[in-house]
Amino acid sequence: MIQFNNVKKIYDSNLTEALYDISFVIEDGEFVFLVGPSGSGKSTILRLITAEERITSGGIFVGDYDLARIRRRQIPYLRRTLGVVYQDFRLIDNRTVRGNLEFAMRVVNSSGKLIRERIPYVLDLVGLAEKSECYPNELSGGEQQRVAIARALVNNPKTIIADEPTGNLDPERSYELMCLLEKINQLGTTMLVVTHERDLVNCFNKRVISIDQGRVISDMENGLYDYDTI
Amino acid sequence: MIRFNLGYHVRQGLHGVASHGFMTVASIGIMASCLLIMGTFALLAVNLEYNLDALMEENEFLAYVDETYTDEQAAALESQIEAVGNVATCDYITRDEAWATYTEGLNDSSLYEDLPSSVLRGRFSITVNDLEQLQDTIDQVRQIEGIADISAALEVANGFVTLRNVTIIIALAMVIILVIVSLFIISNAIKLATSAREGEIAIMKMVGATNMFVRMPYVVEGVILGVGSSVVAYLAQWGLYQLLTEAVNVYSHVQLINIIPFEELRPMLMLAFGGIGLTVGVVGSVFTIRKFLRV
Repeated sequence: MIQFNNVKKIYDSNLTEALYDISFVIEDGEFVFLVGPSGSGKSTILRLITAEERITSGGIFVGDYDLARIRRRQIPYLRRTLGVVYQDFRLIDNRTVRGNLEFAMRVVNSSGKLIRERIPYVLDLVGLAEKSECYPNELSGGEQQRVAIARALVNNPKTIIADEPTGNLDPERSYELMCLLEKINQLGTTMLVVTHERDLVNCFNKRVISIDQGRVISDMENGLYDYDTI
Repeated sequence: MIRFNLGYHVRQGLHGVASHGFMTVASIGIMASCLLIMGTFALLAVNLEYNLDALMEENEFLAYVDETYTDEQAAALESQIEAVGNVATCDYITRDEAWATYTEGLNDSSLYEDLPSSVLRGRFSITVNDLEQLQDTIDQVRQIEGIADISAALEVANGFVTLRNVTIIIALAMVIILVIVSLFIISNAIKLATSAREGEIAIMKMVGATNMFVRMPYVVEGVILGVGSSVVAYLAQWGLYQLLTEAVNVYSHVQLINIIPFEELRPMLMLAFGGIGLTVGVVGSVFTIRKFLRV
C-alpha cells in the first residue's frame, strides 16, 4: 500500500513548492496511472516514494515504512520493496541482459541458486528468454524497456513504479509494454505508471490520478486522461 | 552469504583495478614515490637521531675543582655532582692524570718536565642524559661548593639539538604532506573509477543496495592500490638503503657515520608502509565514494 496524507513538498534549493496537500491511497495489487503535464509534480511524487526526497509536511506510508520518519539506513530496504522503470531504460551497456538482471540481484545479496532460478523465469515473463546473452545495444527500444521491467521485477518487489516507460517507444511497442505491465499486475504486483500517453491511458480503463500544479485534480476508477479538460 | 559477497566485492575491485590499467600503474607509481620520499626522510631522521645519540654520549663537559682542594677533598664532590638530575656519568680526573694526558698530546713534553702537575686543577668529566638541558645542568654543577669553573662546548651541543629537532620537524612535515598527496592520488583514481560507473551506482542504489555494498568494491580497489604502492615502495626503499649503506661504508673509513642495519629497520618500515598504504587506500576510497552515495 502507498498512502499520501496531506503531503506538501517545498524544495530547499529554490523554495519551489512542488506539491500542495496531496492525498491518495494505492492499495496492494492496484494498477494506477499518474498523469499530468510537465512540472505538475509527478516526478516529485515518485522521488518521494523512493525516498530520494523528503516531504516538507504531511505523511507518506509505503508498505511498512513511514517515509516521514524513515532512517537513512532503512532506505535500501524500502527500495527493495519497489521496482523502478525509467523512460531511458538505464541499463548497464557492458553487461548482457542476464548480467543486468544478475547485477540487480547481487546488489540485494541474493544467493547464486536464487539468481539461477529467478532470471530465466523473469526473462520468460517479459518475453526475452532468447535474448539473455545479448547486450543492450543489440536490442530494440521496446526490448530494452522489457529488460528494464525484468530488472525491476527480478527482486520480486511489491510495487513497480514506471516513470514514462513508453516515452521512447512507438505506439505499437508502447501498447505491448503496457500489456506486459498489466500482466505483471495481474500476478499481484502493485503498479504505478506515470505517463503522458493519453490513448494508452484511455485504452486500459484503470484508475487514473491526475496531478496539476502540485495538486490532485481528479482521482477516478476506470478513469480517462482528462486532466486538461477539467 | 558473507563469504559469497566478499568474493564478489573482491572480484569487482580487481576488475576495477584491471580495467583502469594506466591509471592503476600511474597511481601506484606516484603513491610509491611518495612513500619512498616519506620513508627516506624518516630513515634519515632515525639514522641522524641514532648518530646524534652516539655523539651526545661523547659530549662531555669538564668541571674544574678549586685549586685549594686536595685530590681527596675533590673526589668527595663526586656524589654531589651525581645527585644533579641530568648527570649520566661523572669521573674524577686527578691533577696527575690531567697532567699526563696533557703532556701526552705535546710534541716535545721535555719542556714541561720541571713543572709540577699541581699547575693543573683536578676536574670532573661529566656526561648528561639530555643534551637539551645541558645549560641547566652546568648551572647546577657550578653552584656546588668547590667547583671553580666549567668548560663546555655549549654551541656544539646546541647545534646537535637544533639539527635533530629540525630533522624531526622536516621528516614529520614530509610525512604529513606526502600522506595528503597520497590521499589525493587515491581519491583521483577512485573518482575516475566511480565517474565511469556513476550510472551503475545509481542503479545499485535504486534497487536497494546498502551504502556498504556500493562502497566495498571501491574500498577493495583503494586497498589494492595502497598496499601495492607500499610493496613497491618497500622494495625500492630496501634497494636504495642498501646502496646508501655500501656507499657510506666505502667512503667513511673512519666510521664518522654509523648506519643502522636495514634488518633492524625492516619491521618498522613494513608496518609503516603497510599501515599508511592501507589507511590511505581505505580512507581515500571511502571519502571519494561518499558523494556518489547521496541518491
